[in-house]
Amino acid sequence: MKTRTANGLLILGLGVWYGLYRSLAFLSEFAVSQTGLDRTSHLGASLEFLLFEVPKVLMLLVIIVHAVGVLRSFFSPEKTRRILSRFPEGVGNVLSALLGIATPFCSCSAVPLFVGFLTAGVPLGVTFSFLISAPMVNEVALALLFGMFGWKVAGLYLITGLTVAIVGGWSLGKLRMESGVEDWVMKIRSGENTADAELSWVERLGAGWTAVKDIVGKVWPWVVAGVGVGAFIHGYVPTGLLSSFMGKDAWWSVPLAVVIGVPMYANAAGIIPVVSALLEKGAALGTALAFMMSVTALSAPEAVLLRKVLKPRLLATFFCIVALGILVVGWIFNLLLG
Amino acid sequence: MVLEVLGTGCTKCKLLHEAVLKAVTESGVTADVRKIEDISVILERGVMSTPALVKDGKVLIAGKVPSPKEIMAWLV
Repeated sequence: MKTRTANGLLILGLGVWYGLYRSLAFLSEFAVSQTGLDRTSHLGASLEFLLFEVPKVLMLLVIIVHAVGVLRSFFSPEKTRRILSRFPEGVGNVLSALLGIATPFCSCSAVPLFVGFLTAGVPLGVTFSFLISAPMVNEVALALLFGMFGWKVAGLYLITGLTVAIVGGWSLGKLRMESGVEDWVMKIRSGENTADAELSWVERLGAGWTAVKDIVGKVWPWVVAGVGVGAFIHGYVPTGLLSSFMGKDAWWSVPLAVVIGVPMYANAAGIIPVVSALLEKGAALGTALAFMMSVTALSAPEAVLLRKVLKPRLLATFFCIVALGILVVGWIFNLLLG
Repeated sequence: MVLEVLGTGCTKCKLLHEAVLKAVTESGVTADVRKIEDISVILERGVMSTPALVKDGKVLIAGKVPSPKEIMAWLV
């Protein structure tokens, strides 16, 4: 395909997307009116909520995942490693956390990535910043938070997630725990890979589509479930049910959320239903965000994977520092936002 | 030629291995297809994101499963 054709299709697609997105409210209202249900009834209101929210969140997911997919075609892990090995700690931690968003990452490649970074001279703390940010701050989480709770919550999640990754990685670096890395790791001679072929713009757009097919194809049932749970709670559960013990006045609710969330493993899409349920029932925002962060950033399967490269003491320190960072974020939110 | 499929055992790695075997059979080229799961060998090839495909020591692709068409183009 020619660049001009591809760009034309892209602009056309964006136009159709925008038109459809803006008319979702009208379309869902129209669809409900066709069923003959009263819009103000329990069932009618829930149905309209569902018919509006599901397409809305899916459409946001498609556009954000596509944009991030295009962005990621510029940053292979190999390129990220070359960039990071040139910077000292501090600046390196900030870059590393940011590149954690822009670099393709899956939990199954956490170990080769960790070893590959370290052996190429990326400092330990900088490597940890990447390892914290990559799973936690991702496009699915941001798209869903934006779609369901607005740009403020999504923005807060982005900023605090990056902060935990930067400060957490930096602190781990300051502890000088290089001896806590398993001995075989530093013996590896990692090579330089030359596969970084320059992609054309059309190929990058294509990479965005592959990401949409891959990711949206996998998470859409969770989105439907999440909005469904939200719609149900919206209509049937009394608000404020949880506020007494998960509200901002209960200081211990944040550590409790972290302790429950750390061993759990779920992707961002799977955890959104729970978060929306918690929020709707009166849990404080800080508590809900802390729960979501601890589920996505740390998990029992990840501990098992990382145990291959980290000795128990460093592994435990890593988990404690990240959990502590998330805890502080939760408390700060509950303190600042009422 | 020697084709190496690098991967630590994730689903995509298995997909790539199968796709490569299929492409080799269909194209009729003689190739020695190896599946490499040893992480130190994977890293020696300079690969951090799996699955990856290596032909005679040269990394063709890393981090995703290429289409059958792409694989075919590399074989012949």
